[in-house]
Amino acid sequence: MLTMGKTIAEKIISRHCGREVEAGELVITRVDFAIAQDGTAPLAIQRFQEMGKEKIFAPDKVAFFIDHSAPPPSKDIASLQKLMRDFAREKGINFYDIGSGVCHVVTVEEGWVSPGDLVVGADSHTCTYGALNAFATGVGSTDLAAVMASGCIWLRVPESIKVYLKGKLSHGVYAKDVILYLAGKITSRGATYKSIEFEGEVIENLSMESRFTISNMAMEMGAKTGIMKVDKKTANWIKGRVKKEIKPVNPDPDAVYSKVFEFDISHLSPQIARPHTVDNVCPVEEVEGIPIQQAFLGTCTNGRLEDLRIAASILSKRKVHPEVRFIIAPASRRIYLEALREGIISCLVDAGAAIVTPGCGCCVGTHNGIPADGENVISTANRNFKGRMGNPDAFIYLASPATVAASAVEGKITDPRRYLK
Amino acid sequence: MKGKILRGKVHKFGDDINTDYIISGRYKFKTLNLDELVRHIFEDIHPGFYNRITPGDFIVAGENFGCGSSREQAPLVIKYAKIGAVLARSFARIFYRNAINTGLPIIITQTDKIKQGDILQIDLGKGEIKIENRGISLSVEPFAPEILKIIESGGLVEYFKKYGGWSFSP
Repeated sequence: MLTMGKTIAEKIISRHCGREVEAGELVITRVDFAIAQDGTAPLAIQRFQEMGKEKIFAPDKVAFFIDHSAPPPSKDIASLQKLMRDFAREKGINFYDIGSGVCHVVTVEEGWVSPGDLVVGADSHTCTYGALNAFATGVGSTDLAAVMASGCIWLRVPESIKVYLKGKLSHGVYAKDVILYLAGKITSRGATYKSIEFEGEVIENLSMESRFTISNMAMEMGAKTGIMKVDKKTANWIKGRVKKEIKPVNPDPDAVYSKVFEFDISHLSPQIARPHTVDNVCPVEEVEGIPIQQAFLGTCTNGRLEDLRIAASILSKRKVHPEVRFIIAPASRRIYLEALREGIISCLVDAGAAIVTPGCGCCVGTHNGIPADGENVISTANRNFKGRMGNPDAFIYLASPATVAASAVEGKITDPRRYLK
Repeated sequence: MKGKILRGKVHKFGDDINTDYIISGRYKFKTLNLDELVRHIFEDIHPGFYNRITPGDFIVAGENFGCGSSREQAPLVIKYAKIGAVLARSFARIFYRNAINTGLPIIITQTDKIKQGDILQIDLGKGEIKIENRGISLSVEPFAPEILKIIESGGLVEYFKKYGGWSFSP
């Protein structure tokens, strides 16, 4: 019988479910690692208990993170976090308390994800780990309870979409601009249920940190995951972090894709997603001059060291505009410490920025920077839905760290290219 | 679900209804108490929506219903609001999983034929939808047998309780 070539997703799932599968099949598959955060873990714990289960299948393969409300802004939230803390201690689950950072940034820093792994997380941006050649996807709390109980999950093997990115990024244009551009072109539902394979010279030329930015936002096109191949940069990045032997997975040359996109991004401008959807994207030139009252730098999309460095390079010897609050959340404790050592934090604070505890609060509207009615915010986050930051009467623009920093200086949406030498 | 017929009035929504709209992040991180959360259902886009629901009503939407975050509170508040089923042309994938896992009936169908205020009769066993007031019938995209087993159990927790774990082998 003739067999068709396989995509990365088909290969990784085949490897984990014990038989050769292809797109469209429904499988129960083993998972290598599972995570949950304080917005999803309490419900997962409740569900796990309702299932009548006692033991976690492998406590060392599960991690809980307190990042969505860190530190807790209310007694109710504090109680839910205590529930997580107590459960993790009792069951021997890896636990990352307030201050550790954003789950998707810490998970990869800690070396929990290797190429070829199958990872699930009770958080939609779990797809971030696709940059490390893992099949990583967001699931719900009940899913996570079932994984804690059995080590397995039900999945439909997804069809794959190939996205080739040609060309060279021009000065002042970053991974965030590329993925916003793609979200605009492919739309928020253009890749629903699909696995996206990102390829091409643009990806090859990106740093590992920037690649995480791209995979992180595969979700915003509806995708199940956004996977990349392994190269020298991937290998260097996981060296010293991942202890096990790595088994990279490449697609077969005759793998079947439901769609193939090719984009030349050589002449791309910095991109902006306008309120209230992530695919409402335009070049910065079209919205320049719109006044902003708050700027936010951080999140699992863009709170990494290179993002903080870019902001510091723009804010060095400059000040945040007097009518702007510039809030910065380094995405992890490690990043925070390194930024302190490099003098980035003192530069940003000196310029007038407010640094908050590593975490998700400002992006997800739990605390740490809820905008007032009618205000405009420019943010490095991945979502700009109405109400996302905690106020349905505010307006969120998404952009790269450079655009956010330049806009914080001018008090209006600003093309960052004139601030970069 | 076999033999179960649902009947109710339609609340029509558009495309890309995200989980922040269903239940805002402002509330969902605070509590596991669904009786409290349910009062805020769709609050940001339709203030007072909760008070307009009659038990058994349907939410009918376009493409990509439930996009956005992985919060399971989204299907749960809909279930607790006593919505009979959610009908859409397509669902975002995590919402789709969460609805199945929590036992909220979801139906993929040609919802552009359904209007605000229509009265629907849905036979989940036969896979039939009737728009009573206009005499129109619609067909339903069937579930895979394994998924139907989870739905028929009333969700994944009930399924695990019933079978002790996964009942179908990979």
